[in-house]
This record gives sequence, C-alpha cells and structure tokens, in this order.
Amino acid sequence: MSGIPHDHYEPGSAPEKWLERRLPVISLIYDTLMIPTPKNLNWMWIWGVVLFFTLVLQIVTGIVLAMHYVPNTEMAFASLEHIMRNVNGGHFLRYLHSNGASLFFVAVYLHIFRGLYYGSYKSPREVTWIIGILIYLAMMATAFMGYVLPWGQMSFWGATVITGLFGAIPWIGHDIQQWLLGGPAVGNATLNRFFSLHYLIPFVILGLSIVHVWAFHTTGNNNPTGVEVRRGSREEADKDTLPFWPYFVMKDLFALGVVLVVFFAIVGFMPNYLGHPDNYLEANPLQTPTHIVPEWYFLPFYAILRAFTADVWVVMIVDWLTFGVVNAKFFGVIAMFGSIIVMALVPWLDTSNVRSGRYRPQFKLAFALFVVDFVLLTWAGGMPAEAVYANISLVGAAYWFAYFLVILPVLGVIEKPLPQPETIEEDFNAHYGEGAAAGKATPAE
Amino acid sequence: MFKKLTITALTALTLGAGGAWAAEGGHVKDYKFSFEGPFGKYDQAQLQRGLQIYTQICSVCHGLKYVPFRSLSEPGGPTLSDDAMRAYAATYSIYDPEIEDYRDGKPTDHFPGATYPGAPDLSLMAKARAGFHGPLGTGLSQFFNGMGGPEYITSYLLAFSDETKEEAGTLYYENPVFSTGWSAMPPQLFGEDVEYADGTEATMEQEAKDVAAFLMWTAEPKLMMRKEAGVISVLFLGVLTVLLYLTNKRLWAPYKPKKNV
Repeated sequence: MSGIPHDHYEPGSAPEKWLERRLPVISLIYDTLMIPTPKNLNWMWIWGVVLFFTLVLQIVTGIVLAMHYVPNTEMAFASLEHIMRNVNGGHFLRYLHSNGASLFFVAVYLHIFRGLYYGSYKSPREVTWIIGILIYLAMMATAFMGYVLPWGQMSFWGATVITGLFGAIPWIGHDIQQWLLGGPAVGNATLNRFFSLHYLIPFVILGLSIVHVWAFHTTGNNNPTGVEVRRGSREEADKDTLPFWPYFVMKDLFALGVVLVVFFAIVGFMPNYLGHPDNYLEANPLQTPTHIVPEWYFLPFYAILRAFTADVWVVMIVDWLTFGVVNAKFFGVIAMFGSIIVMALVPWLDTSNVRSGRYRPQFKLAFALFVVDFVLLTWAGGMPAEAVYANISLVGAAYWFAYFLVILPVLGVIEKPLPQPETIEEDFNAHYGEGAAAGKATPAE
Repeated sequence: MFKKLTITALTALTLGAGGAWAAEGGHVKDYKFSFEGPFGKYDQAQLQRGLQIYTQICSVCHGLKYVPFRSLSEPGGPTLSDDAMRAYAATYSIYDPEIEDYRDGKPTDHFPGATYPGAPDLSLMAKARAGFHGPLGTGLSQFFNGMGGPEYITSYLLAFSDETKEEAGTLYYENPVFSTGWSAMPPQLFGEDVEYADGTEATMEQEAKDVAAFLMWTAEPKLMMRKEAGVISVLFLGVLTVLLYLTNKRLWAPYKPKKNV
C-alpha cells in the first residue's frame, strides 16, 4: 500500500491463509497499522487521531439522540427538553454532542494550520489536501444543519440568514433558496431535510476520511522537516521511521487523553459556554434576535461575508462593472466561498520548493500574521454589524486573500530558504542524541 | 515557533469566541449560589423556598410548561416528599383532553404554561440569559460561577426603579438590567411578600435569589448529575492519561536517549 518499504503481513495459521486468499482484510489492517511513520513527528501531528475519535463520538451520540428527537417544528424544541429531562443520561449525551461539534472544529483548525505551516499540501500530497478541504466543507454543512435542529431562536434565524446567502445569487438565487428550504421560508420542510442530511453527511465524512488516510498512506506522512522519508531500501527507511503501531498510537492516545480531560471538564462544568443563550428560547419567526451570531467556528468566514459592505470601493467598482449583478450582498457571498476556495488551491499557489515553514524565514512571518488574521476575523465575526468591525473584517479579509494569492506565490520566488537537514534521521538525532540512531539501545532500566 | 503560535492563537480564539455576545445587557451583580463551580450542588431548602415564590407570585402570569410535577420529588431538585408533590400537583387544575374537562393535577402533568399574554414561559429562562462574560469578555469565569442566568434573574428582579412610561397603550417599568431598559413586567418583589415555610426571613434579596435558584433548577434539573459525571470523567481520564504518558515514555525511551538520561 505504501511506497515506503516495510514488512507485510504473513498469514501463519491455516484459517488465516484461508481467509487471506479470499479476503485480505487482516493484511489491510496490518499494513495500515504498521505504516512507517516519520519518527520526528511533533505534537501537531496528533489532531488526525483526535478528529477520528470526535467523528465516532459525534456519530454514536448522534444516533442515540436521533432516537429521541422529533424533527417537527411543533415538537422539536420540546423533544430536546424531553432528552434533557427524561431520557436516561440524555442531558450528558446532548452536551457531549453539542460540545463535540466545537471539539471537532478546534481540532480541524489546528490540523489545517499544521498542514499550512509544514507544507503538507505540497506535491505529492495535493489529493490528501483536497479531500481534507472537502471533509471540512462537509463538516461545516453538517454543523450548520445540526445547529438548526434544536429549533431555538438562533437555530431559526441562523438558518434564515445562511440560506439567504444563496438568495443573493443573481437571477436563480431566489429559486435555489426556495429549493433548499422546501418553501418560501424556514419551516417544517426545512427542519425535516436538515435532519435527514445531518444524519447522512457524517457518513460521507467517514468515507472521505478513509480516503484521506488512504491518500497519505500512499504518499507517506509529511513531517516537521518536510524532507521525505528515504525509500531506497528497507534499512534506510527504518532509520527515518517507526511503525505507527505502537509508537504513534500510544503517543496519539496520550494526546487524546489530555484533550478529553479538557473536553469533559467543559461538558461537565460549563456545557453552555460555547452556545448562545438565545437558543434556549423556542424559534419565533415573528421576533428577530438583536444580534444573529453563528457558532464560533463559522465566525471568521461570517466576518469575511460581512466585510464587503456597499461602501467599499472594490465592491462599488465590481457593482458598476457588472451593471449591479454583483452587488454588495453577492460580493460578500463570493468572498466567503472564495476564502475557502483559495485555501483549497494552495498546493498550486505556493511556489516554494521548500516544504516546511521551519526553513522559510519570511514565510514564518507571513504565516504568523495569517494566524493572527484568523483570530482577528473570528473576533470581528462575533461583533455586532457596525462600521468599525466591518472595517476590521475588511482588513482581515484582505490579508486572507493576499496571503494565498500574493504572498505565497511571490515568496516562493524571492525567499532565500535556510539549509534543510539531509534526512529525517539527522533531524531526529539532533533532538534526541546519536545513540538513538537505529533504535538499537535497550530501554533505560 | 509553531507551539508558541498555537498557544497564542488558541488563547486569543477563546477570548474572541467568548466575547462574541459580550455586548448585551449589563449591571448583573455576581450573587453567590450554592450550585456554582465544578462541585456545586442545589440547596434543597432554597429550591423549596423558590418554588413557594414561584407558586405565589410568578405563576399568576408565567408558566413552566416543560417541568413535570413529578420532578419536584426527584433527586437533585427541591425533593418534596412523594405525598407533598402529589398534594402540590393537585392544587392545579389541568385541562384533560380525554375527559374534555378540567381535573386536579397528577404527578405526570406538567406545570401549566403562561397565562398572561406576553408573559414568557420560565422553564428555561435561567439558561436563556447569560449574565457573565468575564474576564475580558471571555466568559471563562463561567467555569467557577456558572453562566450567570440566576444572577441575571436576581439582578433583574431587584433593579426596578419607580419610573414608568407609556408607549402604545402599554405601561413600561424602568429596569436597567433588562435589555431595553424598560420592562413590561411591573416590579413584583418588595420583601415580606410570602411567609417562608422554613422560617427564613423573606427579605427582597432573599426572595429574588431563591426564585432565581429555583428557575435554574427548572432550566437544568440534571445539573448535579452532570457535575458529578464531569468530576468522575475528569478523574478517570486524568488517571488514564497519566498511564498513557508513562507507557508512551517507556515505549520511546530506546529512541530518545538524550531526553531520558
């Protein structure tokens, strides 16, 4: 399966041989778990396992919640209260599920930013990256629809605002919006289809995740140096790698343990911290909340959406050039989706031959600003729609696009990278000492 | 570099995300409640006093439609005796569609909904208002103080001035805690409004706090169970994590001599 030479499963007993000839499933599991993994992976390489755990957590808690939930506008809110009050352990399950969504996004953002810093998207891992972005988009769709299900005030008005974005598309927007909603406004039809899709898409995510893993098991993991594993011979490869099981499984499980301690403390002691209080009021189509705020993980993109108001000169020019077809509202929608599209295209926008940001001094600065930008946009996205925040969002949005469309293409050409280590082994030994070389040393006892 | 960046970004993100709805409301005072913090528990006597305030004052207009009478005697709540709960339920007259008539309340019935037009149902009010956003708008103080719903309710009930204004035929009462500054509900608590069964002195603040605690319970009846589950989860996961740390360290020791000398 992998291009890196490693040992493969040899069926020993007669039943194993029998099964192997018919369905090499043990072989598949063995090769997946024994994948040679660069031994210098740092703590930013743990989020994949955290994400897999979270996906399973969400699916399991979600399936149980679905047994008690009623997707009907008359009963949805009350059915949640039924879960919170009468279903055994229902209150904890629901808080696990709602906070699980936040854990999912914390982990995915760290996972994405790790990829962006260490150049994990670069050749030959573009397909892994693209699939990852698809997973992220599917996660956003799932999270958005899931937030509508409790049928609280923010559920209803969030759904109204977000589906309204599609209404901004010229000519066909209104029809698309009606088609999505199943009617002229958010209503029972909307709730039913959102429930159906909220149940379906996670399994699409699961499928995509398997392909995601398959893709990087073919190319091999990236690592903090960005230097490829030597694959000339088994001996060389062994000097750069250790098998995923048990070395990285244990490391990732330990990291998962730390994450879960924090997660369960939040679920147990402040489960409503990341939610909006207004969602404990039942949806009321006649009463608009003062501020309609999406969940925190959408805020950066919500900020970009709201940044392009009608008085921004770029918007005015585009509006004038397109005879008003691309007005401020549609421009904002394009910018929001565009901000994710440029991220998906980063393998082809980044022109640098050096993979890891560790050896790119100017890139480091640009990347640090990019992280600051992300945080700034998150903050601005949660603020009321006032001119000050729109302006801050505009600066943030501008840097977001500049980072992908100007800085990354240009830096690759003008930047003088630092010397990179020859091999992963060299980097690893620099940290942990020569004695570690072939792993021949005996345990320190 | 990446580590520092991650930590800074995460901290800033929590600040940003928590501050998202920091702008609304104000003047919420941090009253102390027994159910705050990871080990907090409801004070049953206080919940019973709150029930008394609710029954004698709030229920005239408001409702608690998500709360079944039986939960009054369930663990983690006011824990009335079974007989007392049944007797309490029977004081309500509930419309039964099967007999197409009113009858006495049964344990399985819920509290009636709001009766006065415009008066909101109070079942979830303590969670639908967040009084706390500190420090610096992060809301992280919620870990120790709760989200501030009961504090909001207490502050609201105590914050009425004597000012009124009339708008479109409705009389509004000035209340700086309320989001618009003018509440349609007139002040309800003045002190000595009820005679507490347990002999506690019914000061205005005492009454407000008691009913706020009661409404926190109606909003989150499983709060004590949740916190217990939280403590147990954190403890077990903590131990598991330490064991995993040691396993991992031992496993990698041969490859990391410098770190393990």
